[in-house]
Amino acid sequence: MTKIIDRNNIDFLVFDVFKLRELLGRGRYADHDTESITSVLDLAEQIATNDLWPHLSKSDREEPVLKNGTVRIIDQAISALGVLRDAGFFSARFDTKLGGMQLPVVINNACNGMFKGANIGTMSYMGLTQAAAGLLNTYGTTDLKVRFMMPLLQGKFFGTMCLSEPNVGSSLGDIITKATPQSDGSYFVTGSKMWISGGDHNAAENIIHLVLARTPGSVNGVKGLSLFAVPKIKVNNDGSLGDNNGVSVAGLNHKMGYRGTSNCLLNFGEITDCQGHLVGELGKGLLAMFHMMNESRISVGIGGAMLANVAYRVALNYAKERKQGRKLDDKNSSNKPVAIIEHGDVRRMLMRQKALSEGAVALCLYSGMLVDLEILSADKIERQRYTDMLEVFTPIVKAWSTEFGVQANKLAIQVMGGYGYTRDFPVEQLYRDNRLNMIHEGTNGIQALDLLGRKLVMDEGRALKTFAAEIRADLASLNETTNLRPFIDKLTNILTNVEEWLTQVRSMLQSGEKSGVLTNAMPFLHAFGHLAVGWLWIKQSSIASNLLDKSSPRQSDSFLQGKITTCQYFFEYEIPEAEAWLKVVKTNPGAVLGMAEDSF
Amino acid sequence: MKILVPVKRVIDANVKVRVKSDQSGVELANIKMAMNPFCEIAVEAALRMREAGQADEVIVVSAGVSQCHETLRTGLAMGADRAILIEDDQDLEPLVVAKLLKAVCEREEPGLVLLGKQAIDGDNNQTGQMLSALLGWSNATFASSIEVNDDHFKVTRELDSGLESVTANRPSVITVDLRLNEPRYASLPNIMKAKKKPMDKLTAADLGVDSSPRLQVVKVEEPPARQAGIKVSSAEELVDKLRNEAKVI
Ligand SMILES: Cc1cc2nc3c(=O)[nH]c(=O)nc-3n(C[C@H](O)[C@H](O)[C@H](O)COP(=O)(O)OP(=O)(O)OC[C@H]3O[C@@H](n4cnc5c(N)ncnc54)[C@H](O)[C@@H]3O)c2cc1C
Repeated sequence: MTKIIDRNNIDFLVFDVFKLRELLGRGRYADHDTESITSVLDLAEQIATNDLWPHLSKSDREEPVLKNGTVRIIDQAISALGVLRDAGFFSARFDTKLGGMQLPVVINNACNGMFKGANIGTMSYMGLTQAAAGLLNTYGTTDLKVRFMMPLLQGKFFGTMCLSEPNVGSSLGDIITKATPQSDGSYFVTGSKMWISGGDHNAAENIIHLVLARTPGSVNGVKGLSLFAVPKIKVNNDGSLGDNNGVSVAGLNHKMGYRGTSNCLLNFGEITDCQGHLVGELGKGLLAMFHMMNESRISVGIGGAMLANVAYRVALNYAKERKQGRKLDDKNSSNKPVAIIEHGDVRRMLMRQKALSEGAVALCLYSGMLVDLEILSADKIERQRYTDMLEVFTPIVKAWSTEFGVQANKLAIQVMGGYGYTRDFPVEQLYRDNRLNMIHEGTNGIQALDLLGRKLVMDEGRALKTFAAEIRADLASLNETTNLRPFIDKLTNILTNVEEWLTQVRSMLQSGEKSGVLTNAMPFLHAFGHLAVGWLWIKQSSIASNLLDKSSPRQSDSFLQGKITTCQYFFEYEIPEAEAWLKVVKTNPGAVLGMAEDSF
Repeated sequence: MKILVPVKRVIDANVKVRVKSDQSGVELANIKMAMNPFCEIAVEAALRMREAGQADEVIVVSAGVSQCHETLRTGLAMGADRAILIEDDQDLEPLVVAKLLKAVCEREEPGLVLLGKQAIDGDNNQTGQMLSALLGWSNATFASSIEVNDDHFKVTRELDSGLESVTANRPSVITVDLRLNEPRYASLPNIMKAKKKPMDKLTAADLGVDSSPRLQVVKVEEPPARQAGIKVSSAEELVDKLRNEAKVI
C-alpha cells in the first residue's frame, strides 16, 4: 500500500525549517515539547491512514441521502468522526480549561491536513465544528458557550457556517435572511441559506448553525449584518435537547466532489418558528465571521495542498511500477520496457507535482507558524509584524495552494494515463474533491482582489513592507555555502519589481482607477504566490544542505537531496512563469474590458 | 493486582526493512521506530483489566537504548500508570531481557506479566517463556482471550490446530496473540497526562544482570526474492508438482 501521508515532509518543515522547537515550552505552549508534538502527529497519521483513507471512495460513491426530512451519511464516516472525537481532535487547539490541549496552530493545521489528505469529505464535519466553536469562544456569551460551544468542543454537536444564499455568494452585503428581535432577547430567523456544508446529517445529536442575517432597520450592505447561533434542536437550560427549532432541509446539492460532506439548501423559520441567538454585536456579524474566516482560508489552503500531495504520492508509486516503452536513446525493441518514471516527460510531471504540492504544504504550515508567533509575542510591534505577514499570506495560502494544488492533481491523473482516469485509482476523486477548494471560502478571484486591492496597498503598503523586509532579512541569513546565490538574486529581483509596480498601483487606486488594475489581480496573485513559495523553496534547500552536512538523525540523504533538486527545478521551470505573469499584470486590460458583450 | 507489561521498541511495522550493506544487521538510521504491535495488544489487555476493576495498577517496562522512553510514553499515553526504563546500549538477547524482567518482578511483585507473544523484529518468541521459567511462575502463550479469576487465569490459546483452553495459577506470565483485542489510540489529553506520569530509570547493573550478548550474528541477508509463478493446466498437475517438485505434500 502506498504510504499516503508524507510525514517526513511535515516533520522536516515543522521541526527543521520552521523551528517549532523554539516556540515549545513558552507561554501558551508551556506544556509542549518535541516528544508530545511527535506523538500527536503520529496519532493523526494513524487515524488518517486507518480510519479516514479506507472509506474515501465509498463516501464518494454513496453520497448523503435525504429521507423524511433528514440527511444520512455512511456509517464509516460516522465512526471515523467518533475516532477523531474520542482522540480529542475537535478541541485540540483550544484552552486546557475548555478540555483542549492548547496545541500549536501549526500542528493543529498539520493534523487537519493529514485528515483532509486522507478524506476531506469526512474531515470537513470536524473542521466546520472547530470553526463554529472558535467563533463562539471569541464572541459568544457565557450562556452560548455553555449551551452550544462545550458540546461542539466535545464533538457531541457539530457546527456549520451559513453565509451564502441562493442569490448571494461572493457579495455578502446583499444577504436578505432576516432576524427579528423577540421579547426574551432572542431572534426569529427567516430565510434560505444555500450550499451549507454539513447542513444536516446523522453524525451528531445536534447541529449549531452560525447564520449571517439582517435585523429590521439595519443599514444596507455588510454593516447591517449580524451573526446568530441557530440550533437544529433547541437546547434546554440543563443542556438536554428540546424541540426542533424550525430549520428544514429543502434539498441536497449534488456535487462534482467533496461528496462525503452533505451540502444543503436550508430553510429557516419556514414551517415553525426558528430561534436564533445573537453572537457578538449587532452589525458586526461579518467582522466576526471574517475573524474566523482567515483561519478557515488557511484551512482550505491546507486542503488544496494535501490533496495534491497525496495524489502525487499515488502517482509516484504508480510511475515506479508501471512499465511502458523504452528510453528514447534505446533503439533495441527487444529490450524490456522501462518503468515510466524513467521517461523525461513523466519525470517533469512528477517534479512539478512535488514542487507545487510540497511548496503549498510549506506555505500553509508557515502561515500556521505565523499565527503561533502572533499568539506568543508579548511585544506589540513584533505582534503587528506577524499580523501584517498573515494579512498578506492568507489570500495566497487560500488561492495559490488550491490553484496550483489542482494543477498538480491534474498531472497525477496524467502520469497514470488511462488508469488515472478510472475510479479504480483515487487520483480522479482527489482531483474532483480538490476542485471545490478554489471556489468556497471566497473564490480565488475574490482572494486575488483582496490581495492586490486591499492587503498590499492598505496603510501605505505597510504589510508589503513587512513582507519584503522579512524575506530580505531571511535570505541574508541563509547559509552562503550553498549554490543558492543565483536563485536568491532572481527572487530579490522579482521582489523589487513587485514593490515598484505596487507603488504605481497604489497611486492608480487612489486616483480611482480600480477596475483597470484589478482585472489583472489573478495573474498577479499567481506571480506573488510564486515569489512566496520560491522563498520557501530556497529556505528548504538551504536547511536541507545544512542537514546533509551534519547527517541528520531524522531525514535520509535522498529526502534532503530531493529538496535541494526540487528547489533548483522550481527556479528553472516555475519562476519563469512568474516573470511572465508580472508582464501580463502590467498589460492594459483594454482587450478584456473593452470587448462588447455581444462579441464574446 | 499489579500488572507488568514489558514493551519493545522496534522498527515501525509500515517501514520496509533494509539489510545494512555490510550484512551486520538491518538499517536503523533515519528509520521510524514504534511499539511492537503485539506489545500494544498486551498494554490494551492490561488496561481493560484495570478498567474492569480486575487490576489496580499497570506498569510498562522497556529495556534498551534511551529512546525506549518514547515507547514507554506511548504506553503511558494509552493509559498505563507508570513506567520503568532499563537503559542499556547493548543488543539485548531474549535471555538477558528475561533476566532483567525477573529482577523487576522481584521488586514489583505483580500478579500478572503480560507480554506480546513475539516482537516483529527478531520474531524470537522466547522472552515470555524464559521469564516464566526463571521465576517459576505459570505460563500461557498465544492468548486470544484471558479470564481473570481470584487465584488463576483462564486462557484460550491460539494454535495451528485450533483453540486450547488452559488454567494458569497466579502469579502468571501470559503472552498475547493478535486476536486478543484491538489496541486503542492514545488520546490527546492522555498524551499530555503521560508526560507527568512517573518513569523510573534503572540499569542492568542496578538489577544485578550481566547484559552482554552470548550469541554472535554471523551475517544478515535479504530473504531470497520470490520467483515468478507458473500456470498449471489441471488439478492433477498441481498435486503432482506439489508432491514431486516442491515436496510439500
Ligand atoms: C460544495 C460547496 C460547499 C459550500 N459550503 C458553504 C458553506 O458551508 N457555507 C456557506 O455559506 N457557503 C458555502 N459555499 C458557498 C461558496 O462560498 C460560494 O459558492 C462562493 O462564495 C461563491 O459564490 P457563488 O457560488 O454564488 O458564486 P458567485 O458569487 O456568483 O461568483 C461567480 C464567479 O464570479 C466571480 N465574482 C463574483 N463577484 C465578483 C467580483 N466582485 N469581482 C470579480 N469577480 C467576481 C467569482 O470569483 C466567480 O468566479 C459552498 C459552495 C460549494 C460549491
